[in-house]
Amino acid sequence: MQSLLSRLTKAVLPTKLKIIVMDTLELIKEQTKKQVTTTISGGEAVLEACLAEGVETIFGYPGGAIMPIYDALYDYKEKLKHILVRHEQGAIHAAQGFARVSGRTGVVFATSGPGATNLVTGLADAMIDSTPVVCITGQVFAHLLGTDAFQETDVINITTPVTKWNYQVTDATEIPTVLAKAFYIAGSGRPGPVLIDITKNAQIQKFEYEGYTKCDHIRSYRPKPIVRKEYVEQAAKLINEAERPFVIFGQGVILGKAEKEFKQFIEKAGIPAAWTIMGMSAIPTGHPLGVGMLGMHGNYGPNVLTNECDVLIAIGMRFDDRVTGRLDKYARQAKVIHLDIDPAEIDKNVKADIPVWGDCKETLPMLTNLVEQKVYPQWLQKFKDYQQKEEEKVIYDELNPTGEVLTMGEVIRVLNELTEGNAVIVTDVGQHQMVACRYAKYNQTKSNITSGGLGTMGFALPAAIGAAYGDPSRTTVAVIGDGGFQMTLQELGTIMQFKPNVKIIILNNQFLGMVRQWQQLFNEKRYSFVDIQSPDFVQVAKGFGIPGKSICKREDLKTSLKEMLESKESFLLEVMVGKENNVFPMVPQGRGVAEIVLSKEEI
Amino acid sequence: MNKQEFTITVYTENQVGLLNRIAIIFSRRKINIESLNTSPTEVDSVHRFTIVINEIEEVVKKLCRQIEKQVEVLKAYYNTEEEIVWQELALYKVSTDAIAEKVKVERLLREYGARAVAIRKDYTVFETTGHREETDNLIKALEPYGLIEFVRSARVAIIKASNSFHDRLKEFEKKEPGEEVIENEYLDKNEEVFTM
Repeated sequence: MQSLLSRLTKAVLPTKLKIIVMDTLELIKEQTKKQVTTTISGGEAVLEACLAEGVETIFGYPGGAIMPIYDALYDYKEKLKHILVRHEQGAIHAAQGFARVSGRTGVVFATSGPGATNLVTGLADAMIDSTPVVCITGQVFAHLLGTDAFQETDVINITTPVTKWNYQVTDATEIPTVLAKAFYIAGSGRPGPVLIDITKNAQIQKFEYEGYTKCDHIRSYRPKPIVRKEYVEQAAKLINEAERPFVIFGQGVILGKAEKEFKQFIEKAGIPAAWTIMGMSAIPTGHPLGVGMLGMHGNYGPNVLTNECDVLIAIGMRFDDRVTGRLDKYARQAKVIHLDIDPAEIDKNVKADIPVWGDCKETLPMLTNLVEQKVYPQWLQKFKDYQQKEEEKVIYDELNPTGEVLTMGEVIRVLNELTEGNAVIVTDVGQHQMVACRYAKYNQTKSNITSGGLGTMGFALPAAIGAAYGDPSRTTVAVIGDGGFQMTLQELGTIMQFKPNVKIIILNNQFLGMVRQWQQLFNEKRYSFVDIQSPDFVQVAKGFGIPGKSICKREDLKTSLKEMLESKESFLLEVMVGKENNVFPMVPQGRGVAEIVLSKEEI
Repeated sequence: MNKQEFTITVYTENQVGLLNRIAIIFSRRKINIESLNTSPTEVDSVHRFTIVINEIEEVVKKLCRQIEKQVEVLKAYYNTEEEIVWQELALYKVSTDAIAEKVKVERLLREYGARAVAIRKDYTVFETTGHREETDNLIKALEPYGLIEFVRSARVAIIKASNSFHDRLKEFEKKEPGEEVIENEYLDKNEEVFTM
């Protein structure tokens, strides 16, 4: 109708008639506008966007420059759950934990200046571990930008290197489209954190709201590369001709929601598969083809045999230096097939003979179709032989110690017995993290939540809070060291107030254990500032209304863990463990993966 | 492999902050940018960066992939000096008296293909384009005659092997026109923001 009238007005008509037509046109425009638009504030538009994106939980902390959004939130209390954390770093780690367990995008609100800068560690963590997070930060009024106003920092430029995308909004009318883009970019392709900085005037500003349309396309952005069939075919050929093929996989399998496709692939091809710390739990840890963890403190077999396989098939992993050790001694004998959604990962660290660009959810089934059904009993036996050796020299004593002091390994063993591999385990960073990831048993995907790439101490407690919201039906256990716990223990306040069910295990060795281990092994035991003292953690928890217990004896271990797990609410269990125990095996820095050692005597 | 000069060509959206996002890809690795030019292409919404660095090809290839990975980047290419035709523009301000008096100067300018773009009573501005050595040489030649000011632009480069870039760009824009860049409209409106 409108276009018809427009055409009419353009046609040669007597001026009078033209005016009438124009008036009608205006009237129609007015009417349609009234039907579909309402006037809302920028702050409301932010919350409408969250609702339209299916967001239920927001982690945040208010402040001056984000007050209009929080004012709007007052009327959305029924529809949006807001978890008030105790520090913005806690908010973003919680959002990460939420995202990693649920597979959905985590959302964070923070104010300008210090509120926003406190997000930086979490953004860097989410960036390097490809976690979808959307952060909304308040900013000073647009006219104050660049004037050193109260709580003004250049958040866009501070966060540019640690975000997949960021954008500053100075006008409310931009909010719906910008947030739609934010959610699309954060969650698509290789996921990552996105930060949207909204000036206070834009949050207050009223505008004609025409509804929210989800974004599914940006002309300059290609979330997934085009799959090149010829590479899939070449990869399949190489796999079919291989005698000792070896699969190594990372979080890409989980992020691509391709666990089933991955399992079908390895089962048909019969190829032993090892996981990176981030890929862990994509297949059950007890899978017959699962041969353990790669990396510096990974398992013996997968590290050594990386340098004996003839075809190395890397899936959704990025050859981190903690996985590869020295690159010039890494899998030189093998032909490398690399499946990744991010073209920038191909050839970044390890040259791929066959690059299979694409989402592994698409490429894996194509590959499965082309590979022959096979088994490699002798090759698999090699992994088992190394496993046996590792069992004898390291694992047995770590899990079944006879000495007086408890070991971290036995805590995880007993935890496995009680949870039967069904819990989500969130770890911090350090020795306890390596032990937990080495020995934890998992039956289902998205169970191992840890700060892999950035190694952020203080990650676990807030991430566990987020994880508990990510899937409340599962038991969430945070395993944390005495050092890392003291970095973000303020989040006990969040647990106190909002009551997510988080089981906290502190493995206390009265040291910053991993640094101490390195100082012992490589710095002639010059223990430089690793003797960290701790408060009475049980008393601290009590102060936050969280029940707790501290144990140091083996006979108390199982009953206490049971008590913790059976508790209806959050519970803190401190376990005193051996002070100077080391994590082995280990690929010492500057060595190749095959030079992995099982004890300190071998270094 | 030895370091050599590479010219990186990047097509991007026109967005505030994108320059920084691209620049930090180099600074993060402590790579010096020798020359950087950015301006709109024949399509207003698309910008073209020309970046010159000295590096080994392996590193440059990875840099281009990192650049292309940015959400608002359309395409990134890298080329060696042999694969491009490039120019830099230079402006020279000299005393008008000096050229009027000394025939030598005039001959010099003609020799370097310089062209007067502004002639005032007290000074004249000449322009020349060419490679770095060429514009450098004219500085040296003019110095004895009282060169007052000199400025040189960043490099612009055409890729010898490029194929229908223009048509593809036009078609790309036609298929889906770019969004207009939104700038801060409030920097000079102190009071207005409170009455919104």
